[in-house]
Amino acid sequence: MEPLVKHKGRVALLSRVNVDTDQIIPKQFLKRIERDGFGEFLFFDWRYLSSGEPNPDFELNAERAQGASILLADANFGCGSSREHAVWALSDYGFRVVIAPSFADIFFNNCFKNGVLPVVIPQDVRDELAASYAAEAWDAITVDLENQVLVTDHGLSVPFDVDPHKKHMLLNGLDDIGLTLQFDEEISGYEARRQVYQLTY
Amino acid sequence: MGKTLFDKIWDAHVVKTLEDGQSLLYIDLHLVHEVTSPQAFAGLRMAGRSVRQPNATFATMDHNIPTDNPYDVRDQIAKKQIDTLIENCREFGVQLADLDSPHQGIVHVIGPELGLTVPGKTIVCGDSHTSTHGAFGALAFGIGTSEVEHVLATQCLWQTRPKTLRIQLEGSLAPGVTSKDVILALIAKYGVNFGTGHVIEFAGSLIPTLTMEQRMTICNMSIEAGARAGLMAPDDTTIAYVKDRPHAPRGEQWEQAVALWRELKSDDDAVFDRDIVFDVTQLSPQVTWGTNPGMGADVNGTVPDPATAPTPVEQRALAAALEYMGLEPGTKITDIPVQHVFIGSCTNARIEDLRLAASVVRGRKVANGVRALVVPGSKQVKRQAESEGLHEIFLAAGFEWREPGCSMCLGMNPDIIPAGERCASTSNRNFEGRQGRGARTHLVSPAMAAAAALAGRFVDVREFAGVHQGGVAHGAAR
Ligand code: SF4
Repeated sequence: MEPLVKHKGRVALLSRVNVDTDQIIPKQFLKRIERDGFGEFLFFDWRYLSSGEPNPDFELNAERAQGASILLADANFGCGSSREHAVWALSDYGFRVVIAPSFADIFFNNCFKNGVLPVVIPQDVRDELAASYAAEAWDAITVDLENQVLVTDHGLSVPFDVDPHKKHMLLNGLDDIGLTLQFDEEISGYEARRQVYQLTY
Repeated sequence: MGKTLFDKIWDAHVVKTLEDGQSLLYIDLHLVHEVTSPQAFAGLRMAGRSVRQPNATFATMDHNIPTDNPYDVRDQIAKKQIDTLIENCREFGVQLADLDSPHQGIVHVIGPELGLTVPGKTIVCGDSHTSTHGAFGALAFGIGTSEVEHVLATQCLWQTRPKTLRIQLEGSLAPGVTSKDVILALIAKYGVNFGTGHVIEFAGSLIPTLTMEQRMTICNMSIEAGARAGLMAPDDTTIAYVKDRPHAPRGEQWEQAVALWRELKSDDDAVFDRDIVFDVTQLSPQVTWGTNPGMGADVNGTVPDPATAPTPVEQRALAAALEYMGLEPGTKITDIPVQHVFIGSCTNARIEDLRLAASVVRGRKVANGVRALVVPGSKQVKRQAESEGLHEIFLAAGFEWREPGCSMCLGMNPDIIPAGERCASTSNRNFEGRQGRGARTHLVSPAMAAAAALAGRFVDVREFAGVHQGGVAHGAAR
């Protein structure tokens, strides 16, 4: 996995609450057996009109959002289906950071597994950022994972919390399975003392 | 301080805890389906890894399967996913309920049915509705594909300890009101993310009165409240359900297991991070009118006015939902017509759900212009229903009687709703486009779906004759 230490990128604003993973990647695109190539279907039903033309009213189609790698979203982002395809689509499209006041749990975890950093900031700070972005006060953000702070290019800095384990894994681009296999002995030891009901008959 | 049910299961599964607070949790049962597993198996293959516990891994195919003729998969990409699952299971030695198996069905229906799901286990699946299995007092949650790969390789998962939330469901249900209405009303009241970061334990006087299938419907939708998992303590009903199922413990192991399961309940002095009491006595049947499961109302209520939402963001979300749904504020729920009815999904496609729907439908006809589908949750449910003659009741009324699968719950197979048309659905999600692009989904109980099919619009199922004598919800469920 590609490490993420410090990332500067243009921002796209998505001011919608409860954006579910069905919207992020509609199910008709879940049938691929590969991990890549989902970016072109990101937010498909919102991004394109039924005619196949890009929807001019959709936030990601805005001029300023072109080339964005940071998504400023709203509360409960990524709710619904567990599909990791949602993160694959965001990442394949070019997003490396998603900022929101809250995320759904499974989506939040899936982000870290794919080198995408979900950043939780308070709702009022999010709203302030959204307002100043909309007023064209700034276009890009630098996300410094090491120091747990994000800084807009007009100089506003916002600290954020991150789970130390997840931070370590992401900073170093580590693979979870590799880490776990270091505990092979502990796992075997556990397996030897499982209770009767834990087994499948 | 005492332990909660969650604490007991969690503590019994921790293999190792790191200094940074992450715990390596042992997973007892890993359920697999065709959509979220191909990339995980591919990852294993690339790294030269094997499946650590093929015996604790069980696969089925459900999401992509056409339900008129399951073998006739015309969508070539869907076919590839199905074939890939068959290949992967063969290569890695994983048991698979394929289309020829008498056990095939929706993953969350067959786990309990086969006795794979039992109290005290940790259960995962690359599917958010894994929460269903919590009804047995198992810690069950959905995971992403990277985690699927991780569990295949190590039989473990890294987890941060979630918080606990107890919801005490108090009172009993009025006739015609079901456990589906309970969970819909709960989410309508508290919202779609009140459970985020928490494992919910459902407790209170309602639970012991519910059958296992009714309990599963509640736990199934705990994910729609954002919860990591839903849990219910096992009791005599649970143990009776599990007994003699094909993969459940037997003989001496059974006795030992039951003794351990009796301990699986929250201690009297256990403390939860949050506590909610919810009285179910006054509940009416529920119908969602919006684009998330929290946007719902009593059947005798009306579509709300966005202007009444507390914040501008919520006002916009509400207005967008009504626009998508093609509804005007103030419209009576019972004035909303339906063109499609779907009785199915891992929420409500078990035998009791079908009996309940059949009890409403018996001797009546589907309204003109309504297309109605019954899709049993598994082959076993289908066989049972046919042995009771339920299919004849549905067919005589004008319903289609299909083969098992996820079907119209998510429209990844040919069963989709055309844009702009409405469906009364017993599934769990009414997101935009869930049942097809532009499709409008209203979530309801099986009884309410059946009644909508007959009336061609939403009606209060309690107005149908027979409901008051014996109660559709409970009488038919036994
Ligand atoms: S029935 Fe619906 S919710 Fe359940 S597993 Fe299938 S697609 Fe998911």
